[in-house]
Amino acid sequence: MIEALKHSVNWLSAPPRFFTITLAAFFVLLFPGELGPAWLRRLTRPLQTVYRPKVGGIVFAVLGVLFLASCFDPNFALIVLKPDNVPIAAMIFLVAFFVWFGLKEGRRNDALRAAEQPIIEKRESGDGKVMVWPDLVYTEFLCMILWTIFLIVWSICLKAPIEEPANPAKTPNPSKAPWYFLGLQEMLVYYDPWIAGVLLPGLIIVGLCAIPYIDKNPKGNGYFTFKERKPEIAIFLFGFVVLWVWLIIIGTFLRGPNQNFFGPFEYWDAHKLVPLINVDLSQIIWVKWMHTALPRNPILREIFGLTLVAAYFLALPPLLAKRWLKGYYEKLGPTRFHIMMFLGLTMLSLPIKMMLRWTLNMHYVVTVPEIFFNI
Amino acid sequence: MAVLKKLWDYTRNTQLWNSIFRHGPPDTARNRGLVVLTNVFLHLHPVKVRRSGIRLRFTWCMGGITFFLFLVEVATGLLLMFYYHPTVEYAYVDIVDLREQVPLGVMRELHRWGAHAMVITVWLHMLRVFMTGSYKPPREFNWNVGVLLLVLTLLLSFTGYLLPWDQLAMWAVTVGSNMARATPLLGHEGPGSSLLKIGDISLINAGNDARFALLGGRFVGAGALLRFYVLHCVGIPVVAIILMAVHFWRVRKDGGISGPV
Ligand code: HEM
Repeated sequence: MIEALKHSVNWLSAPPRFFTITLAAFFVLLFPGELGPAWLRRLTRPLQTVYRPKVGGIVFAVLGVLFLASCFDPNFALIVLKPDNVPIAAMIFLVAFFVWFGLKEGRRNDALRAAEQPIIEKRESGDGKVMVWPDLVYTEFLCMILWTIFLIVWSICLKAPIEEPANPAKTPNPSKAPWYFLGLQEMLVYYDPWIAGVLLPGLIIVGLCAIPYIDKNPKGNGYFTFKERKPEIAIFLFGFVVLWVWLIIIGTFLRGPNQNFFGPFEYWDAHKLVPLINVDLSQIIWVKWMHTALPRNPILREIFGLTLVAAYFLALPPLLAKRWLKGYYEKLGPTRFHIMMFLGLTMLSLPIKMMLRWTLNMHYVVTVPEIFFNI
Repeated sequence: MAVLKKLWDYTRNTQLWNSIFRHGPPDTARNRGLVVLTNVFLHLHPVKVRRSGIRLRFTWCMGGITFFLFLVEVATGLLLMFYYHPTVEYAYVDIVDLREQVPLGVMRELHRWGAHAMVITVWLHMLRVFMTGSYKPPREFNWNVGVLLLVLTLLLSFTGYLLPWDQLAMWAVTVGSNMARATPLLGHEGPGSSLLKIGDISLINAGNDARFALLGGRFVGAGALLRFYVLHCVGIPVVAIILMAVHFWRVRKDGGISGPV
């Protein structure tokens, strides 16, 4: 029974399935009862209750118990209880909790607004202010003491690890970047190093910096809300939770020797064989579908991929501006709109490429290695 | 009790005490204001704040915790520096010694777990700022300062990762710094670098590209260890402290912690 359960969890945590589940869970939990056809909305509406403190608390308690129970599995414990991985496991719960908490506060304020009552932040302060000494300073002081205690207890319970001395002749398998960069290391699987290691990290930083200048929504400034800024919150959380944190989870807990995937209850077998049969889009179309040899001329060879990429980055934004996102285009103006589109589409290209890889074994959509142009 | 009270009252009237604290006991609004105004550290705060802005449920205290963790890292890091030599011969054994020769030693643990925690709390702080829309005008610039602090926090952690000089350290940094090889123009395996040449002599090669500059060598060796040590202990913290000062100053100048109008 338990073995069967572990097997199905292992099966479900293969990347395409795990990612699909994550995506579905993300949208359903973010917009319970709001997305899709009527029957789906009816079906997911009860999930709104997770934003009630009690129900949310129960969900977290159940997840916590499941996690602790899993630690009795030797393979699970071997990876998750590594001293350096313990904080990462804690991070997953912390991120989940605080995302939930922020959304919960937002929904509560939205409900108060709808009932024409003052929102929490307003009710708490009214117009008055309080003295920093003692009100704020005491909170800070208490916070520092509690954290000091917490850190000392943590340090006594968990020894900092040290492995064998550095040896340039012996590459460990797997070799991993520090955990907070594992999202970037994951991107290396889908993009060439100069894109995954230099361009995309740069764009993440630029994109974060651009947020306040692109987001022109005057509402939701200085208080929790969900209703007043749904799209912004959805985009940010998609990048933060589904891409950044999710890829760290994958990279830390599910990538084993030879960068192969392993389920959480699977032994990290260095001899696990995974056939590598990645093919480029040009090969799929010319060779597999049209049964001809690849054309010599690179432009002709890549014509399909180039068309797709051009359509994605160049044709899609104007089209969206004309039709589905017309309101945004008018509110933001062309510059903001197109910067937002470029950043957003670049971000979205990562999950698209991941899916193409997992389902079609697609390597590159466009590949002109002569000029480092591989997408 | 009475004796203690007497002693306390006496202390408060000495010239020494009055030379340090230029106000009476903080039991009146005026003196409480003066406590904050006349203390350079507390002066980071305004005298009065919006009540909702100091609630845990609003800030989660995450920015404050991040700053506190930074201070913990400074304090414990300083102590570690007394024992640690950033050389290939000594780095690893120094760490092993700290582990095995110091009874009840927790400095290395505090430093390592504090660093992990700081990375996590920076993210959560950013999440909180986003969820409350606190990056909106007039706080756009401070959000940007925050993004730089986020990058610096990650770099601090990354440079520190190498210092134990064990297998984990060396190979994590090898994986991480390999990406610099592919920097456009400046990495010897990056796009465009082959264009930078004079006649037949190419300007960018493994011995002078972006990765070489980062590592001080063609691979992660003695040069990298020294560079990372200097950046970790001096370079990045100095920049981070300056930016934090700007960050806190701007929180005040942008009207204190955000709140509904
Ligand atoms: C080393 C890293 C950082 C430290 C020590 C730090 C510290 C702080 C502190 C103490 C506050 C006061 C309010 C609070 O505690 O929430 C604050 C506010 C703020 N922080 Fe940070 N922060 C850091 C990183 C960041 C990052 C990564 C961002 C965003 C990308 C950011 C953006 C902001 C903004 C916009 C405010 C004003 C919030 C408001 O008025 O409600 N900070 N920061």
